[in-house]
Formats: sequence, C-alpha cells, structure tokens
Amino acid sequence: MKIAIPVDEKTLESSVCASFGRTPYFLIYDTETKESVFIDNSAAASTGGAGIKAAQTIVDNKAGALLTPRCGQNAADVIKSADIKIFKTTSASVKDNIAAYIDGKLPLLEEIHAGFHGHGGN
Amino acid sequence: MRIAVLSGKGGTGKTLVSVNLAAAAKTSTYIDCDVEEPNGHLFLKPEGVQEEEISVKIPKVNNDLCNGCRKCVDFCKFNALTYIKNKLIVFDDVCHSCGGCILVCPENALTEKERVIGKVQKGVSGEVEVWTGIMNTGEAMGIPIIKKLLVKKQTEANRQTFIDCPPGSACIVMESIKDADYCILVAEPTLFGVHNLNMVYELVKLFDKPFGVVLNKCLEEENPAEIFCLERNIKILGRIPFDHDLGTLNSNAEIAANKNEKYRELFSSLLDTVTKEVQHETITNS
Repeated sequence: MKIAIPVDEKTLESSVCASFGRTPYFLIYDTETKESVFIDNSAAASTGGAGIKAAQTIVDNKAGALLTPRCGQNAADVIKSADIKIFKTTSASVKDNIAAYIDGKLPLLEEIHAGFHGHGGN
Repeated sequence: MRIAVLSGKGGTGKTLVSVNLAAAAKTSTYIDCDVEEPNGHLFLKPEGVQEEEISVKIPKVNNDLCNGCRKCVDFCKFNALTYIKNKLIVFDDVCHSCGGCILVCPENALTEKERVIGKVQKGVSGEVEVWTGIMNTGEAMGIPIIKKLLVKKQTEANRQTFIDCPPGSACIVMESIKDADYCILVAEPTLFGVHNLNMVYELVKLFDKPFGVVLNKCLEEENPAEIFCLERNIKILGRIPFDHDLGTLNSNAEIAANKNEKYRELFSSLLDTVTKEVQHETITNS
C-alpha cells in the first residue's frame, strides 16, 4: 500500500513537515515495493484552500494512508471521503515514522484543527 | 462627506468616536461596517428597524452531468472544489463567489445557488440614520455585506456619513474605506497602540486617503502615539482623555455627547476640525 507523508526535503533523511497543506513536498512510499517517490505540493503557495488542494494530490496519488503531525478540517473531510486513514506522526524522522507505521505503532490522528486560514500557527 | 473611522485593533475607540460624531452632527448617517461584532446600535438604539438578508451565489453540482474533467477544480484559485471518488465536492465557505467554475464547466453541471451570509438593518435614532451590517456566526467573508451597506449610501454623498470600520487593515477594512472622503485613525497611548496605528497609517497612505488621528485614552504622561504623529507630521484632530466619567457613560451604552456638556463640546469641536480638513482636501484636490 502507498502511504503519503508531508516532508521538508526530497530525501528519506528528511524531517516530517509541520504543515500538511503547505508542505513543500510529499513522500509517497510504497510499503510493498519499498519505492519512494517525492512530489511537489502544488498547494504550498495557494491563496487559500491549501489543505483541500493538498488532499486532492494525496487522493490522486492513490495513497491508502496519510502520516502527518496535524491536519485541518477541510483537508480531513477530503481525505476521509476518499477512505484514506490519517495517522499521527510521533517523531520528526520520516524513516522512524514509516517503520512505526509498518509495525502498527502509529496512532490515528484524532485532533483535527479548524484550519489556520492565513493566520499561521506553529 | 463620508468619514471612515478605523484602528489597527478592536477596543481602541472607533465606535466611541463614530457614534459621538454622528450625534454631534445631528442630521447624519452612521454605518456600522464591523459586521463580525457590530455594536454602534447599542449606543444609538435605532427605532423602526427594517432588515434585509444578504446572500452570495455559490456553485451547486449536478453529479449526473459532471464528467470529471476537473476544469473547475483547476480554475478555482481558492481551491473551493475537489474531485474525489468520481464526485465533485464544493467547500461552500471557501468559495469567493466569482462564478468562474460555472463558466468553465463544459457540461453545464454547475449552477448558481444562493447562500445567506448575514443581514443589513436600517433604523432611525433621532436625526441619525443607523445602518448595521451583521454577519452570521461562522461565516468567513463579510465583504458582500459591506458592499451592500455602502452602495446604498453612494447617492447621499452630501450627507454627513460616518463609517465605523472593522478593526485591522485587511480586505474588509479596505472595502469599508474605499469610497471614504476622509479617514480618522483612532490610537491608544501605548507602544502596542503605535504598532496598531502604524498598520492603518500604512493602509490609508496606500489608498491615498486624506487622514488625521484622534488620540484616545490620553493620560498626563508621555504618549507614544502622539510622538509617532509628530515625527511623521500627521494631523492630530483631537484628544480624548482617559476619564472615569466617559468610561462610565460608554459602559452604560450612553452617547457621551448627548449626556455631558464637556463631551458635547469635545466631539462638536472634533467634528468642526474634521469638516474643515475635508473641505480643505476638497479645495486642494479639485
């Protein structure tokens, strides 16, 4: 199955990006073939609705799960309507989170925030 | 004469200045553009209030006609549309009502529908005509309500009109001051107040509006907002003291200019100063 992770850099050594909607890249990792594909997040510079557009990208890349530190309401609506499960990353390392996901150790992301909508948030 | 009253944050004294100037002007119009939390009506207590709902047009999808081409999804700069599992989804509160998605749809799968976002109220308080914009809780964009409030007034430019703006310097404030003849910036006597004053100062300069500052909550000690004005040669229109009597009147939703001689004089004098400034601008720019 393919899993999607927002990442700061186009490498497996990268850290997980703190933002889902405005992450610069997504890693699409195939847990069966162990293949990594990095894609640009075209939503990063959006005027608004970045989470919606980023979620569309995740859906279009046929990910079965999303690993992210947090996620806004609109993005979560899109992802859930595509039956993609959202897991909460538990550390900064992309590699560690992939390993934790495969071991079934990542919790589901329960807290969906209302969205920052141009008001930052760190 | 359309005068917009603005400040970089809430609680600075926009409504205090606006309602008292409207009262001092006697025959005037007061327009509350602070649609997220309009409060001028609490002071003016308008009678004979009539109201009108304000709605915007948003797209409605007919998924039987949609062929999944995504032209609308790609067109929308606000990403209000998404195509998931062979179904087009519209995020109503993200939509800016531009109508573009409907135009680009080759299958006529999108049509317009109305969505109510708030209302406009009109009433009378003595000789003051009172307009209030009210946005429904949870709505994100008040601009359509402000457009409605200010369009109706355009024909009465010769009447003294006071526009009580929303706080800050965002789009919603720009819309409120767009057609104003003059801007009054209300400032607090603190460093934080200077920061907020600077926001609206930059905004009115960007809009090339004639403007002046009212220093509110003035104490005996040094006033950073006053220093800010003096250093930039900004006209100081008046000073309102940090005063217990004024605070009490205001907390009881009374209009100080109608209740207290000292404040009647203060706001009448402020109105005179502003009127002269506006006339001066009209002469020098005509």
